[in-house]
Amino acid sequence: MDKTTPLYARMAEAIVAGDAETAAALARQALDGRLDLQAAIEHGYIPGIRRVGELWESGEYFLPELITSAAAMKAALAVLGPALDATAAAGLSRGRIVIGTIEGDIHDIGKNLVSSMLSANGFDVVDLGADVKIDRFIDAAVETRADLICLSALLTTTMLGQRRVIERLRERGLRDRFKVLVGGAPVSRAWAAEIGADGYGENALAAVTQAAALAAARRTP
Amino acid sequence: MIPPLRPKVELLSRAYVEKVVSEALGLLEGEGVFVENAEARALFHEAGTAVDDDAQRVRIPTRLVEEALASTPATIVLSDRAGSGEFTVGGDEVHFDPGSTATRVLDSETQRERKAVTADVVRLARLTDACEHIHFQSTALISADVPEIVADSYRLYLGLLYSAKPIVTGTFRTAGFKPMLDMLIAVRGGAEALRRRPLAVFDACPSPPLKWSNLTAQSLIDSARAGLPSQLISMSLTGATAPVTLGGALVQHTAENLSGLVICQLARKGAPVIFGGSPASFDMRKGTTPMGAMETMMIDMAYAQIGKHLGLPTHAYMGLSDAKIPDAQCGFETGMGAVLAALAGINVISGPGMMDFESTQSPEKLLIDNDICGMVYRLLDGVAQRDEPLAAHLFDGIRPDTQFLTMPHTRKWYRIEHRMANLADRDTYDAWEGAGRKSIGDRAAERVRTLLAAVSPNLPDAALQKELRAIMEADARSNGAAGLPELP
Repeated sequence: MDKTTPLYARMAEAIVAGDAETAAALARQALDGRLDLQAAIEHGYIPGIRRVGELWESGEYFLPELITSAAAMKAALAVLGPALDATAAAGLSRGRIVIGTIEGDIHDIGKNLVSSMLSANGFDVVDLGADVKIDRFIDAAVETRADLICLSALLTTTMLGQRRVIERLRERGLRDRFKVLVGGAPVSRAWAAEIGADGYGENALAAVTQAAALAAARRTP
Repeated sequence: MIPPLRPKVELLSRAYVEKVVSEALGLLEGEGVFVENAEARALFHEAGTAVDDDAQRVRIPTRLVEEALASTPATIVLSDRAGSGEFTVGGDEVHFDPGSTATRVLDSETQRERKAVTADVVRLARLTDACEHIHFQSTALISADVPEIVADSYRLYLGLLYSAKPIVTGTFRTAGFKPMLDMLIAVRGGAEALRRRPLAVFDACPSPPLKWSNLTAQSLIDSARAGLPSQLISMSLTGATAPVTLGGALVQHTAENLSGLVICQLARKGAPVIFGGSPASFDMRKGTTPMGAMETMMIDMAYAQIGKHLGLPTHAYMGLSDAKIPDAQCGFETGMGAVLAALAGINVISGPGMMDFESTQSPEKLLIDNDICGMVYRLLDGVAQRDEPLAAHLFDGIRPDTQFLTMPHTRKWYRIEHRMANLADRDTYDAWEGAGRKSIGDRAAERVRTLLAAVSPNLPDAALQKELRAIMEADARSNGAAGLPELP
């Protein structure tokens, strides 16, 4: 390792501390110094978010820390992303995900948690927000050539829309093109199985694990 | 005779209540609320309020809130299907209803959660009808065997058929209100009669923070115009969709409810409104919404106190549990919640039967909770003075072998002063063992079976049944639903 080591360590620290401002400033520093940006991500930021995951697992970190760190990661990647060449960006991305809360539901806390955790963990996330129409999910997935569609619902009533997205994918002959992951307070594993979803995330971290497995399976020929 | 003291608990000082209200009013005037519904925004516009239609944002002047508060009734009187019972919602009156809108039922046989179907909804409505301490019913379960589009009207239809009690309900689609109102009018025999003697309460949940969705705002407007009470159900999650401190959450809760109350009053001056809610102390590890957390109950009690301070009827989701089976947690969370809610003088307490974060209803838990509610009512009756003097005369001529079992005084009062245990175990160990070592869940399951076998369904007359069926079928047909399930 060379003189960039302390910089990498500071990048990781900024993520662990959930300090978005510092995380972004260090990213700009790497950019201005014409450093190897891919290395900065791999040896600086990713070890940071990995450490956050460990702190969560060990019971030291709770959701506020987890999500604040995810936001710091997002801030750093927002600086570095545009500067990465396409090959490097594609190599770093674990997959593209279209995510949103089903039509009729303007509660989006759960979706935001999952969205942040997915971006922080290297997914390319297209967040459609809350109250998203059924076909809008599918159109966005087609347009962005997404790997996964993540459907959130907080209300028992809007949960039913998750089934409609899957039905609509079938009607449009697109069911095999995208993996579908569902989540939300009223959603259960049984429900996911019943509507024919590919996965179910019972919490934000489980969603990341599920998404990673589904995306990896898709990308393996 | 000295009248009994109504036991009561308040968590906030007067200064604290006033501070919350003042910050909430400031929030409404400064930041305002998001109102998706164009008709609601038009009402604000007509009232001379600054409305930003592009941002769907309304800033509500304090003057308008104060006017709305002044025109909202302090009490509501609900009556049952026959129009005979009178249930006052206001003051410190307490009524329980089963926690509403669960999608799952805890299966009586397997004790596992599964989706509810018509037969489950009917069973629960019949049991609720038989629970003497649960004054209201609610559309407690959503039936999965009808098309989703008519899920809201269908559950009301079943409730009106199988229980005579006033009903807490709500819409899942803006078009759902009309058929639901038609059913209520059919029961009452006219729109004006329904307005005079409301049979149903419509829940409407703002989306935290400070948003009214198109659907919920429409429900407020439609209910207000029909003269049916809107129950405002703010459901903030501390540290997630609301400030993390209890005081901060109360400010948001108050602002959300007050904005809903203003919408109701703008739709129709004098519309009945209940200051309610379903907030939760957000679990920072699991990301769940524990209804059995003490902090959740504290927020409930505190906002209810604020509602009372504002002169409004109150409601809370209390007396429910996050447990997945009727176990010790299920009992202690429900028991604590029911007692605290009643001591806080909350008028409508939605909880009995409900488990697993408001997602599940259990028929067995409903009966256990009915007993809890009975104990709560006993507590609320307080310690009365039954005699003058209290006891001095009972000790006249006392001897070493004096006992009270055979005194006329005992026979006169024991059934009034003391409640018999129903499902709670008060056996000796040997008797309990001899009876098969049953848990309260086992005894409740037996009671569910015997009740359903012994009591015939409390159906309305045939003509009304037919009329309700016609409304329900028309609603289903117009939504492309082929047929409705057979009723059990």
